[in-house]
Amino acid sequence: MISEIPTPTPEMMPDASITPKIVVKDLQVVYSDGNESLRGINLVIPERAITVLFGPAGGGKSTFLRTLNRLNDLADVAEVSGHIWLDDVDILDSQIDTIALRRRVGIVFARPVVLPMSIRQNITYGLELAGERRASHLDEAVERSLKAAALWEEVHDRLNDPAVALSGGQQQRLCLARVLALEPEIILLDEPTSGLDPISTGKVELSLQELKQRYTIVLVPHSIQQAARVSDFAGFFLNGELVEYAPGKRIFTHPQDQRTEDYIEGRFG
Amino acid sequence: MIDIATIRKRAKRRKRTQRIGFSTLAMVTLITMVPIAMVVIYVFIQGLPAISWEFLTEQPREGMRAGGILPAIVGTFWLTLGTAVISVPLGVGAAIYLAEYASDNRWTRIIRVAIINLAGIPSVVYGLFGLGLFVLFLNFGTSILAGSLTLSIMTLPVIISTTEEALRAVPSSFRVVSISLGGTRWQTIRRIVLPQALPGIITGVILGLERAAGETAPILFTAAAFFLPRMPGSIFDATMALPYHLFVISTQVPGMPVKIQYGTALVLLVFVLGMNLIATLIRSRSRARRQW
Amino acid sequence: MRSVGWREFVITRLIRAAGYSSILFVGMIFIFLLREGAPAVVEIPFDTLFSERWYPIEDYFGILPLIGGSILVTIGAAVVAVPIGLATAIFIAEVAPRWLREILKPFVELLGGLPSVLLGFLGILVMAPLIRTTLNIPTGLTAFTGSLLLGGIAIPTIVSVAEDALDAVPRTYRDAALAMGATEWQTIWRVTLPAARSGVLTAIMLGIGRALGETMTVMMVTGNAPVLPLSPMALFEPARTMTATIAAEMGEVANGSVHYHSLFLIGIVLFLISLVINLAAASVVFRQRKRAERVLS
Repeated sequence: MISEIPTPTPEMMPDASITPKIVVKDLQVVYSDGNESLRGINLVIPERAITVLFGPAGGGKSTFLRTLNRLNDLADVAEVSGHIWLDDVDILDSQIDTIALRRRVGIVFARPVVLPMSIRQNITYGLELAGERRASHLDEAVERSLKAAALWEEVHDRLNDPAVALSGGQQQRLCLARVLALEPEIILLDEPTSGLDPISTGKVELSLQELKQRYTIVLVPHSIQQAARVSDFAGFFLNGELVEYAPGKRIFTHPQDQRTEDYIEGRFG
Repeated sequence: MIDIATIRKRAKRRKRTQRIGFSTLAMVTLITMVPIAMVVIYVFIQGLPAISWEFLTEQPREGMRAGGILPAIVGTFWLTLGTAVISVPLGVGAAIYLAEYASDNRWTRIIRVAIINLAGIPSVVYGLFGLGLFVLFLNFGTSILAGSLTLSIMTLPVIISTTEEALRAVPSSFRVVSISLGGTRWQTIRRIVLPQALPGIITGVILGLERAAGETAPILFTAAAFFLPRMPGSIFDATMALPYHLFVISTQVPGMPVKIQYGTALVLLVFVLGMNLIATLIRSRSRARRQW
Repeated sequence: MRSVGWREFVITRLIRAAGYSSILFVGMIFIFLLREGAPAVVEIPFDTLFSERWYPIEDYFGILPLIGGSILVTIGAAVVAVPIGLATAIFIAEVAPRWLREILKPFVELLGGLPSVLLGFLGILVMAPLIRTTLNIPTGLTAFTGSLLLGGIAIPTIVSVAEDALDAVPRTYRDAALAMGATEWQTIWRVTLPAARSGVLTAIMLGIGRALGETMTVMMVTGNAPVLPLSPMALFEPARTMTATIAAEMGEVANGSVHYHSLFLIGIVLFLISLVINLAAASVVFRQRKRAERVLS
C-alpha cells in the first residue's frame, strides 16, 4: 500500500521557502489506556535545519518524536493513524523496515543512557548491529562521531574505559555520538540537556549548530529559552494539538495565536 | 483528660511489648536456623571418617556394605548434566519469552499458571509421569535419559522464574536504546540483556540443578538402579545415584555400617552445598560489580 | 521487516515454543496420569476404593487410610511450619538489620535445598530414636516424626514467599504508621502484615502444598502403616501418606496390573490437589498484582 504524498498546504509549512524532509498528515495517536496523545497533526519538517517542538508537559511532543522512528511500537500504543512521509516513504506503513528506519532516524533521550560497555563499544554498537565488522571503518566512525559530538578531545585516550565512568554531560554527548556513528539523515532529541549543567548544555547546543549543516534535526527543548536560542523553526504543542508552527524568529517575537503568546510569556505551563 | 504521666507509662509499656515481641521473633528465627546448621555440622562430623580416596573412587563391594560409592557419584553427575542440557535452553528460552516477548494477555497468564502448577506438582508424581511417558510409552527404559528428562521438567519452573527475574532486572532503557540504534529484538537480547542478566541466570540455574541433584522420587522409577556396580555406558543405561543410594543403604539393606551411610550422606551434602555456595558467590560477586 | 533475517525468525519461534512448553508439560502430565490411572476406576469397585483397608496383595485398595495419613502428617507439618515460618519471615523482613538479612536469607535457601532423602536419613538415625525414648512409645517412626521433618521442609517455602510479600509492602505505609506514633511492633501487626496478607496466605498454601507433596522423608520416617487415623493419638503411631505409598510400591508392581493402575490413581489425586492449591495461590497472586497496578497507576 503506497499512498501518494500530498502537496503540503501552506498551513503545514513553517515557511514557504523550505525543502520538506518529513511530511506529517492527520497523525493521530491513542494510548492503550484510552488517553489520546496526538490529534490531527499536520506539518512539514524542513531539511537541514533545527525544528523545535515546544509546549507544556503532556502535550504530545515526546510521543510525536517517538512516532518519527516508530519507537512507539514498543510502548502501549493502541492506535496510530495518519501518514508520515520520510522523503517518499510512508513510515507508518506496516510493511516498512523499521530497523532500517531507525538507522535513518536516530534519537537522543532526556536521560543519558550509556550501554554497559566501553566508550568505543557504545559507538560501534549500532554499526555492528548493522553488520559492519571492518575495524578500519569502525575506528573511523568512532573518531568522526566523537569529534562531531565535541567529545573526542576529552576521551580519545581512554576509549576502552567503561562508558559509565563519564560525567553526565559527557555521557549525553556520547549518546549523541552513538547516533551520529550510524550517519542518520534525521536526529531526534528529546530534552537532551535537561539533566546537564550550563557548560555541557552549551557544548551540545554548539554541536547542534554544526550538525544542522548536514542533518535534519528535531528537538524538544527543556526550556523556552533553549527553544528560542537554537530554533530555525518552531511548533507549539498543546494538549495533543499543533497550535502554531512558524520560523523560530517569528514565533518567539510575534506569536499569532493567543495560547502561544500566553505560554511564551509564562502565563501557564 | 490524659496526663503526661499516663502517656509516658503507656509509651513505656508499648516499648516493652515491642522488645518482647522482637526477642520472640529472633528466638523463633534462631530455632529455624540452629537445626540447619546442626544438620550440616553433624553430617560432616559423622561422615568425614568414612571419606577416603577409596570411598570416592571405588565400586561398592559385599552388597554395598564395603568399598566405595563411585557409581553413585558418577550417576548423579550424569543425571545432573543431562538435566542441565535439557532444562537450561528450555527454561531460559521460556523466561526470555515471558520477559521480552509476551504481552500481557490471556495466553501469557495461562503459561504463568502452568508454570506455577509445574512448581507445585509433587516430585513423586513427576516420577509417575516419567515412568508413563519416557520409560514405557517412548520406550527409553529405566535410563539416564528418562531420568534426566523427568528431572528437567521438574526443574523448569525454578529456572524460568529465576531467569525471568534476572532478565527483568536489566533496565528497560538499555533495550530502548538498542532498538533505537537499529537493533532487532533478538540482537538486543543477545548483546545487551543476556550478558547483563547472565550472573542471575547462572545463579538460578545452579539452584534449580541443586534441587534436581538431590531429588530421589522422580528418578525412583525412571533412572535409578538399586545396585549396579559399574559405570553407565550410555544414556540408555540405568544408573546408581547418590540420593537414591542413600535411601537404599539407610532403609533397604540390613546390617549396613553406619559409617558408610554417613559417608554417603556427606558426599551428597557436599555436592548440594557446593552448588549452593557457587550460586551464592556468583550472585554476591555480580551485585558488587554491577554498573546500574 | 526485511532486516530481521531468517535466523532471528527461527530463534523467535524457538523462544515462543519454549514459552508455551510449560502448558504442554502440564497437559502431558495430566494425560499420562489419566492414561495409566483411569483404568483403576473401572477395575476397582467403588466401595473397595473408599474403604479403610489398603492391602493390594489381597486386592484391598481402600485409599482412605492413605488420604487420612497425608492429611494427618500435613496438618502436623502446618502446625509446625506456619507459625515458625511466618515469625522467621517477619523477623527477616522487618526486624533484622541488613547484614543479618544477608546471612539469614541464603541460610533459609540452604534448608530448602537440602535433599529430602538426607533429612529422612537423619530422621531415621537421629530423630526417631530420640522421639521413641522421650515419648516412651514403641517406635519412633510415627506420623509425628514425619510432621516435624515436613514442617522443616515447608519452612523455607513459607519464609521466602512471605518475606517477599512483606518486602513488597511500600515503605510509605510503614512511614505513615510510624509518623502517627505507632511503634514498629504495632506497625508490623496493624499495617505491614494486613497489607501483605494475600502474599502471606499464598506462602502458607504453597508451604502446605510442599509438605503434602513431599515423598522421601515421609516414606522413611513415618513407619509406613496404612491405618486410617481416627483420633489425634494416631499422630504418635505409624502412618502412610499417598506419596510414600506410590514411592514404596511402584517398584514392585507389574506394569498394567490393578495395583499399578491404583498407584497412578493416587497420583491423579495428588496432582489434582496440588492443582487446586496452586490455582488458588496463583489467583491470589494475579488479583494482588492487579490491585497493585490500580494503586500505582
